[in-house]
Formats: sequence, C-alpha cells, structure tokens
Amino acid sequence: MNKKRGVKKWRIVVFFAIVAALAGLIATNVMDHADDIKLGLDLQGGFEVLYEVNTIEENQEIDRELLTDTVSAINARIDVLGVSEPNVRIEGDDRIRVQLAGVTDQQAARELLSTEARLSFRDVNDNVMLDGSDLVEGGARQSFHQDTNRPIVTVTVRDANLFGEVTREIMNMPDNRMAIWLDYDEEDSFDEEMMKEDSKIISAPTVSEVLRTTDIMITGDFTIEEAQDLAGILNAGALPVELEEIYSNSVGASLGERAMDLAITAGFIGIALIFAYMLLYYRFMGIIAVITLSVYIYFVLVVFNWMNAVLTLPGIAALILGVGMAVDANIITYERIKDELRSGKSTMSAFKAGSRRSLSTILDANITTILAAGVLFYFGNSAVQGFAIMLITSILVSFITAVFGARLLLGLWVNSRILNKKPKLFGVKESEISEL
Amino acid sequence: MNFDHQETKLDFVKHRKKFFLFSATLLTLGIILLSTIGLNLGIDFSSGTTIDVLADETVTEQEVIDEFVSIGLTPDDVILAGDNNDVGRASFIGVLGQQDVLEAQRHFEDVYGNTPTVSSVTPIVGEELARNALISVLIATVGIIIYVSIRFEFWYGVAAIIALFHDALFILAFFSIIQMEINIPFIAAVLTIIGYSINDTIVTFDRIRENMKLEKRVKDFEDVARVVNKSLVQTLARSINTVLTVVFAAGALLIFGGEGIRTFSLALVVGLVAGTYSSLFIAAQLWLVFKSRQLKRAKFKSKQLQESEV
Repeated sequence: MNKKRGVKKWRIVVFFAIVAALAGLIATNVMDHADDIKLGLDLQGGFEVLYEVNTIEENQEIDRELLTDTVSAINARIDVLGVSEPNVRIEGDDRIRVQLAGVTDQQAARELLSTEARLSFRDVNDNVMLDGSDLVEGGARQSFHQDTNRPIVTVTVRDANLFGEVTREIMNMPDNRMAIWLDYDEEDSFDEEMMKEDSKIISAPTVSEVLRTTDIMITGDFTIEEAQDLAGILNAGALPVELEEIYSNSVGASLGERAMDLAITAGFIGIALIFAYMLLYYRFMGIIAVITLSVYIYFVLVVFNWMNAVLTLPGIAALILGVGMAVDANIITYERIKDELRSGKSTMSAFKAGSRRSLSTILDANITTILAAGVLFYFGNSAVQGFAIMLITSILVSFITAVFGARLLLGLWVNSRILNKKPKLFGVKESEISEL
Repeated sequence: MNFDHQETKLDFVKHRKKFFLFSATLLTLGIILLSTIGLNLGIDFSSGTTIDVLADETVTEQEVIDEFVSIGLTPDDVILAGDNNDVGRASFIGVLGQQDVLEAQRHFEDVYGNTPTVSSVTPIVGEELARNALISVLIATVGIIIYVSIRFEFWYGVAAIIALFHDALFILAFFSIIQMEINIPFIAAVLTIIGYSINDTIVTFDRIRENMKLEKRVKDFEDVARVVNKSLVQTLARSINTVLTVVFAAGALLIFGGEGIRTFSLALVVGLVAGTYSSLFIAAQLWLVFKSRQLKRAKFKSKQLQESEV
C-alpha cells in the first residue's frame, strides 16, 4: 500500500463512545442483575418439606416401586412450579423429603406438592358420577370463560355420551348441583364441605340441561396462576399416595455456609488473572478482549435473569466453560491476525483475513458444543439440564460478544489506520515478519 | 510464544506410539482400578444415615462436627437448616449401628436437650442422575459424530469421540487413584471436561482440514503426517493460551473456592489439562492413523481396479 492516507479519527471517537455507553450500562445496573439471580439449593439453600407416605387404597403396599413412582409424580409437579434442580429424596421406609430453592410463595408450593390431584364429579349425596379414569390424560388446560373472561380450567372427558348421561341424571335430581371435588375422602360430605372456607369442592354448578360434550369447563374462584397450577397438576398426574406433611423447614446451602461468597471471590480472582494474561500477551488486542469479556459476563447475567433460571454449581461449571470458549474465540482470532501479520500483510488486510478465517473455526467448535449441550438439555434431568441450559446461553452470548463485538471494536481501530505499521501493538516482533 | 512450523523441531507425530502407549497404559490401569477399588462414592451415591440435631440456639457446621467427633463419629457431610440455623443435619455413609445411634441420641439430649431424629437415606436420586448423565452423553456423541461427518469427515468424528472418552475416563481413573469422595457436583465437572475436550479437538481439526485443502497432493502417510504436525504447531500457541486461561478460572476456584467445591474444582483443573493433552497428542494422531489407512486402502483398490481393467 503505497498511497499514504490520513488517519480517520472519527472511528476512534465512535469506539470510545461505544465503550463509554457499555461501561455506563454495566455500571448502572450490573449489581441489580447480580442481586436478582436466584441461587440453587447447593449455593444458598431453600426450604424443605418432609412427608410421610400414606396409602390411599386398603390393599396398597408401600414398597420401593410405589415410593419411586411418587417421587416421579412429585418431580412432574415441581416442573409445574418452574423450580429447577430440586432435591427429592426417599428416606427410611415411608418418607419423602422435598427440597426447593428459589420459591417465593412457600405456601402455594406446599399445596401444589401435596394435592393428590384426584378429580371427581359427584352428586350432592356424594355418589361418584365421573372420576379421573374417565378423563383424557394430559387433557387439562387453563383458559378463559367466553362470557365472563374469568380464568377457568378445562378438562377433557373420553366420551361425550358418558358426560351427557351424567348431566341428564343430575338434571333430574331434586338438588341438581354437580360437585367437582379435588381429593375426595370417604368421610367428606357435600353439605359439610360447602360450608368450609378452604373447600375441597372446586365448584358446584347447577345442571339445567344435558351436555353432550367432551370439554368440561370448571369455573371455580381462580386467579390465573391458580387455574394454571391446577391444570398443571392435573396433567402431571395424580399422586399414587397421600402425602402427610411431617414438618417444613428452611435448609442451608448444601455446599457449606459460605459456598457462594467463596465462589464469587474465586471467580473474581480467576477473571482478573485471565484479563491480566490477555493484556500481557495480546497487548492492544488484549484490551479489546477485556472489553468484550466484561460485556459477555454482563449479558450472561442479564439473559440468565431474563430466563428466570436458578444458578447452581453445575451452572457455574458451564459458565466457566463458557468464559473459556469466549476467551478461546478471542485467542483464535488474535492468533490468526498475528499469523497474517507475520506473513507480511498490512495491519488492515491481516485483520480482514484473520477475522474471516477464524470465523469458520469458531463456528464449528461452537456448533459442535451447542449440539452436545442441546442433547444434554433434551435428554438430561435436573443438574444435567441446568448445566446444559447455562452452557447454551453462554455459548450464544459469547459468540455475539467475542465474534461480532470484538470484530466491531477492533475494526474501528484498524480501519482508522492509526495502527498501520505498528505490529508491536499486536504482540508481533518486527524480526518475525517475513517479506512478502 | 511463536511456533514457526518450518523452523521448529517440535514433532508431535513421530512419537505418537509413545503417546498412545502412555494413554493406553494409564486408561487400562484406570479401568482396573475402577473395577476393583472403584470410586470413593459420597453421600449422594450411597445409602446412609442422617441425624438431625435440633439445638436451642444457632450452631455452626464445625460445632456439630465437633460434637459428633467427641462421641467417636465422623459425619461425611453437615448442613445447617432451620430459620435460625439451629438444626444441624449430619450425614453418614453406610447405615449406622444401633449402638452408635443410641450413643448419639443420648449425647445430643445431654448437650442440647432435644432428641435428634435419625433416618436412613437411599441414593436413588444420585444414581438416577449419574445414569441420566451417562445416557445423555452417549446420545450426544452420536450427534457429534453426525455433525463432524457432515462438516469434516467421518474419521475426524471418530477420533474426536475417542479423545472425548479418553478425557472422561482419565478423570474417573484419576479420582479412583486419589480416592477423593465424589458427589453430584463431580458429574457437572465431568460434563464440563467433555465440553472442553470436544471444543479443543474441533479447533485443531479445523486447522488440519484447512491445511489438507492447501496441500496439492496427499498420497501417503508421510504427507498426512506432515500436515498434521504443521497444523498442531500452528495451533500450539492458541492451545496453550486457551487452556491457561480456563485453568486460571478453575484454579482460582480450587484455591479460593473453599472446601465445599474442592472435588469439583480439582476435577476441572485436571480434566482441562487432560483435554488439552488429548487434543495435542492423541486426537490428531489417531486421525492420522485412520486417514493413512484409508489412503492405503484407496490406493490398493485403485491398483486392483487397474489390474482388473488390464
């Protein structure tokens, strides 16, 4: 390049404007985001409930299989709550301990866990007309009443004629109300339960016509959340047993009292070391790496909060891998640029060629890892899934910051021409450059 | 650090049989150890007993441990519970004898005035998780082979997966040797190592793929060996820098992260180094062996073809 062109200062002004804007953004709300992160049982503890398992039917026996089935049913319900990585454990012969982190409404969670979710439709004399076995599995959903627009729960009956039969029978009774029960017990009665505040009868509509339909609308006195939860537990399936709460308690971090504080300190030290190394080794490009890595960490926090996920130790492991891959993307690009500089290319064309060639490397490495993480997410449970979701998030964020971010910021400097003929700033010695 | 592949005397290919032998010996030893002594399974993977000690005031983990030690019992884990941290939950691996349980109950009645509750625990959850992680990883390897076969070639995929299992097995063998107790976080560390291993291997393979395209003719073992060595030398600075930075992060957790995550962070540090070792000394060399066999077979076939045409 023989033509001597002037330095384009405006690009450097743009660079500093972008950096200042990012710094401002991070400085103003990074602490809010960090404080909002929900921590898992292992790092911060949560609350726990110990249940005793009682049989529902007389000929039922509490054995390992029944306990395992109950644990699966409980796990399905915890999914409804949206809690990640709970700890459900069988203790002794007939006890189940459930530990949950990041639950704000403990009362609602306990109700959701211990409801047996046995739905039944009865007349006012408590004779069963329809029960869970007449309903389509997984057919419950929350919707809104077409006239009143209030939240309702819809369940699906297998046979429209059957429901027609039932409604006709009830319609012809002197008291033509149909009671919809949740967890009816032998000793319960309609008249008593209707008087109660916290009734097991969700609703008792008056039947005035024959309804030959498969969809039954339950219009209880629900909030949207309550309706969603009810639909959720109905779909998660009934508990095969009755759970009696022995006690509930708050529980400390399973990794020790100071686990989180220590991990945070260690994290800061680790990141400081990485920054120092990048600056020392890659000089000017190291500064870009430090900026993009800071932005990366900030965005991972933001996205993680936005997904409402719970951070656990496996999540931290994935985050470390993510930081590693973000640094790696920087290193791959910078090594490429250095290679090109050594081969005698000008700063501008070395930057162009280096960025282009490193992209396919980073892309293939990231896609392969995301693919593996995707499989772990799909097939894995609790801790494996927590690991996978964090890994996918951090790879995607790192790709955006370390590839596009670094390219944009470094490009502003390179294209301003201020760095022309200054290979030392890139950590390349004059002596290493071969003539073209 | 600048490694010029034309001037350097570094040869990753020549000594490949030594690397293979080294890894094979280590892994065989590991398998033998795993199947004899096995891993030191922690409370998450073993049946055990928990004793809940209700104190009248706030206690610390150390106080609870000390009380147990004074009656000759060493809890494998203690966590605190209760709104004021007034419950200490000590877990013991293995079922405690009746004598020990009675002793503990009597002791804590004297100290805190409350009878501790004793219950037995089964490791169903931990076992489920380990099995689930294993199955998910196996399915993931199939996915990796398919993707790498499309973007690269089938044999790159096979070599990458062997390197992946090498690293996973290495870390299991390492923990079988040092007999450090492993719990659920260990699974997360193994998953991280697998993720790093695959990422690292693909980056070196990418350079081999690129250099293979640049070569005008690749006919025999020597040609492929030259390309592999050149690629490894070219990516060496990157490999070292990347592993150094992740070891900074994992090492900081190991040194400053506290006792609770010691096993986890140690597994990370060792596994990350093993991951780099396998990318530099095992994966590419394996691919070289596969590729040169393929070339030989192709040559043999074309020879046969020529002969039959004659």
